[in-house]
Amino acid sequence: MAEPPVADSPHIVIENLCFRRGRKVIFDDLSMRIPRGQVTTVMGPSGSGKTTLLRLIGGQLRPDNGRIWVDGQEVARLSTRRLYALRKRMGMLFQSGALLTDLSVFENVAFPLREHTNLPEDVLQTLVLLKLEAVGLRAARDLDPASLSGGMARRVALARAIALDPDLIMYDEPFTGLDPITMGQIVSLIRRTNQSLGLTSVLVSHDVAEAMAISDQVVLIAGGQVVDAGAPDELKARASDWSAQFLQGRPDGPVPFHYPGASYRDDLLGQRRDD
Amino acid sequence: MIDAITGLGRSALNALEVFGRAFVFLLRVLASLDVVLRRFGLTLFQIYSVGVRSLLIIVVSGLFVGMVLGYQGYITLVNFGAAEALGGVVALSLVRELGPVVTALLFAGRAGSALTAELGLMKTTEQLSAMEMMAVNPYRRIFAPRFVAGFLSMPLLAAIFSAVGVMGGYLVGVGLLGVDSGAYFSQMQAVTDWNEDVLSGVIKSIVFGFVVTWIAVFQGFNAQPTSEGISRATTQTVVVSSLAVLGLDFILTGLMFGAG
Amino acid sequence: MKMRFFELAVGVFVLLGIGALFYLAVQVSNVTDYHDRDTYTVTGYFDNIGGLKTRAPVTVSGVRIGRVAEIRYDPDRFRAEVILAIRAEHDYLPQDTQAAIHTAGLLGEQYIALEPGGDFETLRDGDELMFTQSAVVLENLIGRFLTNMGND
Repeated sequence: MAEPPVADSPHIVIENLCFRRGRKVIFDDLSMRIPRGQVTTVMGPSGSGKTTLLRLIGGQLRPDNGRIWVDGQEVARLSTRRLYALRKRMGMLFQSGALLTDLSVFENVAFPLREHTNLPEDVLQTLVLLKLEAVGLRAARDLDPASLSGGMARRVALARAIALDPDLIMYDEPFTGLDPITMGQIVSLIRRTNQSLGLTSVLVSHDVAEAMAISDQVVLIAGGQVVDAGAPDELKARASDWSAQFLQGRPDGPVPFHYPGASYRDDLLGQRRDD
Repeated sequence: MIDAITGLGRSALNALEVFGRAFVFLLRVLASLDVVLRRFGLTLFQIYSVGVRSLLIIVVSGLFVGMVLGYQGYITLVNFGAAEALGGVVALSLVRELGPVVTALLFAGRAGSALTAELGLMKTTEQLSAMEMMAVNPYRRIFAPRFVAGFLSMPLLAAIFSAVGVMGGYLVGVGLLGVDSGAYFSQMQAVTDWNEDVLSGVIKSIVFGFVVTWIAVFQGFNAQPTSEGISRATTQTVVVSSLAVLGLDFILTGLMFGAG
Repeated sequence: MKMRFFELAVGVFVLLGIGALFYLAVQVSNVTDYHDRDTYTVTGYFDNIGGLKTRAPVTVSGVRIGRVAEIRYDPDRFRAEVILAIRAEHDYLPQDTQAAIHTAGLLGEQYIALEPGGDFETLRDGDELMFTQSAVVLENLIGRFLTNMGND
């Protein structure tokens, strides 16, 4: 590895990130730091590129401009081999769970271990059951991913993401589409995982209440830039107009309710003229 | 008018771009082929789902195609008093043309579409992405074994098709229409050459297997990650590989039998 | 276990495929021709070989004993040079054996029929056939028939 990770240096550093998809600008000169060992939530409206940000950190996408360092290594410049080595120390939880549909729950959790280690079968079994126990699904090991509910699938995916004991874990919209009980389970799991394994957690979410409750640091992004960042309480206290609208969920404000365009009046009059 | 021309130019450019992507994809798959030997279990499983599960449709179709060939061949030949030549007609048509071509078409419909749909679904449900994030290269874990399985299964399926077809022709020609059994096989052996006919057919089926699997796996890889995208990719697999098989068959037949 | 089933199924599949290829080789095609390497070759020069092709059968009294290995034109003799590959066990053919190009049926395949002579010496590898009879060309036959009719 390039340089030994220093304990108090930020885990992830993003500087002047620019990223375009087609003609649409997703990130425009975005910079942020994600501290080690804490829960950081990136929040923003739908379509603000939160998931894209995780993919950029994971090296699945390359920035058009700017740089991203993870553990002191610049992700976009790594060779495939080094990138894969880095990814072994990253876990990622996809919104859908992204479990491999042709494998059972047990085999899904065992998958990264089988791919990357040569553990004897009994050790592997112990490890997998340990991870499944941590998410409360040890009894579901023989189920098919298709027969799991959304919340269970996400918990299995979490067990799989921590199978290799990573030091960074990324959650893509972990709270979306869950009932209150499952939501509570996921929230406590994320918190507990972060504490017991001492890893850095990065969440991407637009569920304000859960995210504020769980995070050590919140970063608000909109329009391709960081709008506001800080501890949850701090953020609530000194919220700018935009942050206040987002955090309190007001329908209108700096982010307009109406999709930008000609005024309603002009549209109506224009239509009449056409007749 | 100008619009039509720009439209044409744009779709030509698009087609070129897709072809380029497919080629890069193929190169990457080929570069990952060592995994096939290192972890043969993965490929074995794919041979099962691509080859073994196509077996039934291949055997049944081969039997019927052979029977129809026996019947039609007999009707034509009996007019010239040459019904004894039936074996040769059946064997040559099967081994040279129908075996490889019909097998490839059925293979595209049965195994190719299934491959595309499976991979498209894996892409849509982020399984491929998840695999990459787990530091597992999908080219090695997913694409290469499927590619090799299709490539290996095709010639075997085509050989089975031809062999079953010969028996189907025998059933009708000898069993129902009364062609002499000895004449059926001796005529067959007299006109069918191992190098020129059988091996050419095998080469054709290897080429078809390569192309059909390439198209199927690439279409799955390249599918738009929506349910509509998957269905479009699956249709594309069947249409494009059928056209490719028929076109290539024309070229290969010209190359192989043109001189002789 | 599950894996065992797949292994078994794939094994059966591969065996079936190879079996089919074997069947095509032995039963359907003439692959056996390639295995009788134990042949000796004799050459015959014909005025006209008609539609004779390589791999056509070579027979004695209708029994197949070999095949046509090669056909080319000899520019010195202005005749067609046909090389016959005859299986080694048929080593009894006399030196003065005659070769004729016959047609199986009216429109069928052409083949070479050998007619043994009376010499005590037998044909060896590389020998030349002394007597050959060209293929019957239908047009010539009809032409001759018509001329004869006119003379009568």
